[in-house]
Amino acid sequence: MISVGEGPLTPGYVDRPGQAFHSLPPQSGHLMDSAMKVLVPVKRVIDSNVKARVKADQTGVDLANVKMSMNPFDEIAVEEAVRLKEGKEHHAAGTASEIVVVSIGVTQAQETIRTALAMGADRGLLIQSDADLEPLAVAKLLKAVVDEEKPDLVLMGKQSIDGDNNAVGQMLAALLDWPQATFASKIEIAGGKAVVTREVDGGLQTLAATLPAVVTVDLRLNTPRYASLPNIMKAKKKEIAMKAVADYGVDVAPRLKVLKVAEPPKRGAGVKVTDAADLVAKLKTAGVL
Amino acid sequence: MAVLVIADHDGASVRETTHKTVTAASKLGGEVDILVVGQGAKAAADSAAKIAGVRKVLLADSAALGHQLAEAVEATVMGLASGYDAFLSPASNDGKNFMPRLAARLDVAPISDIVEVVSPDTFVRPIYAGNALETIQTSDAKKVITVRPTAFDAAGEGGSASIESVAGADAGKAAFVSEEMVKSDRPELGAAKIVVSGGRALGSAEEFHAVMDPLADKLGAAVGASRAAVDAGYAPNDYQVGQTGKVVAPALYIAIGISGAIQHLAGMKDSKVIVAINKDADAPIFQVADFGWVADYKTAVPELMKALG
Repeated sequence: MISVGEGPLTPGYVDRPGQAFHSLPPQSGHLMDSAMKVLVPVKRVIDSNVKARVKADQTGVDLANVKMSMNPFDEIAVEEAVRLKEGKEHHAAGTASEIVVVSIGVTQAQETIRTALAMGADRGLLIQSDADLEPLAVAKLLKAVVDEEKPDLVLMGKQSIDGDNNAVGQMLAALLDWPQATFASKIEIAGGKAVVTREVDGGLQTLAATLPAVVTVDLRLNTPRYASLPNIMKAKKKEIAMKAVADYGVDVAPRLKVLKVAEPPKRGAGVKVTDAADLVAKLKTAGVL
Repeated sequence: MAVLVIADHDGASVRETTHKTVTAASKLGGEVDILVVGQGAKAAADSAAKIAGVRKVLLADSAALGHQLAEAVEATVMGLASGYDAFLSPASNDGKNFMPRLAARLDVAPISDIVEVVSPDTFVRPIYAGNALETIQTSDAKKVITVRPTAFDAAGEGGSASIESVAGADAGKAAFVSEEMVKSDRPELGAAKIVVSGGRALGSAEEFHAVMDPLADKLGAAVGASRAAVDAGYAPNDYQVGQTGKVVAPALYIAIGISGAIQHLAGMKDSKVIVAINKDADAPIFQVADFGWVADYKTAVPELMKALG
């Protein structure tokens, strides 16, 4: 266990300094075919500033009385969808015409959807489930939602910070037989394609994915807004449709059995050094120099 | 049981992450084959054939596979799927990109980023930014697994597997446009024995490079960065060490001006020896550092350079 949970909370995903790193020059001149409908799946997860603690009986992570928030990557996806609608940054106004937010989870996930509505999404859909569904089941449910809603673009976080699987977007693309562009740090919509700059091993790669497509977003895409009070009030009037998993007739039976959830080995604090000579001597003794 | 490892390679040779994935694959029992997907990747297949314990190397080589885009790689593996019970790839950005697609096509649960093979159907993987380790058992007949390379030793050399050509799939509905790779003569971040990492304290891209590059060159180290430094534009995305960036476990990790956010620690806490240099004595990074030096990097790094000779 890393004992960083004591004392002041450590900033995790909430620190949002400065400008994102982009080495590609901004481009302009968009050809809009027609306005898009965007579907944004969001997940309610442990807040990124809270350190997860394993239950004493090793059956899972203790989420009782823990602050929950929208998965940080999903927040970035919602923000980008709203910018596509508003015409912010390099996007032409009205690139997106409608933003539908879907969550699969407990009843309280309505709050997560409500946050997205306050940021600027148009309506919500909650598929209620008390079970912690696996990525395959989530991808199948999302495919059923896509079949109903027929969006032009699914924009979603690249991973959730609880399961850390980094799988649902890719699986959804495969089930739909749509192209995928994962780990996006820049998105441009033009000529019926999503031109996406991706964060890959070794640098950046740009792909052109023919719409409809699934795009998963990375940290550097944007800095999500904080909803204003008037928008929070307005969001209360927006519609959230409630559904059950059973409504979709999808096989969500688990394939994995969690045998144990344990704390990682503890790493203790070491010693302090006061000068470079002392440090170098200690590193030589440790055999790493 | 037959296991297929999908290689991580640069066209000229397979990366060490492939050797490490072969070690994980061999723990499943049964024969291990390696698939190399790419364009002009014969040399990479040759290097894969030298890994000890490999039965054969399959090479899918075509223009459509040149940039190893997810749709084409997944479809190529699907063409071979009936012959294998398990598919393993390093949990690199490429592996994370195509492996879940493969799992969806096979209708199985993907098993991401394993750090231990308990038995052929049971694995350990980190969740919640490495704050917990879950042991999971799969009931699926076929297994799709990505492997955290730092958690496994590299398989040795000395093999002489045969190389067979196999059919590659056509390109998918996403087309390659361009790429901008970070050029460096330094070791790769994920494989380096020493990593020096800089944080937001460095204040600018110019300062980041002025401080980190000479130190890295002196130590023969790779350069990493905290998420805050990358977000601020001081370092390219490829440098990011953390929960969603690169996971590293070098013999020596030197964190300079990094506070130690939970998501950063998730990417480096398995390093053998951790050094932290930070002027804030209360920075959480000191709680995991073997050697902590409370000092301003502006004076500490030049002193360290001098002491290294």
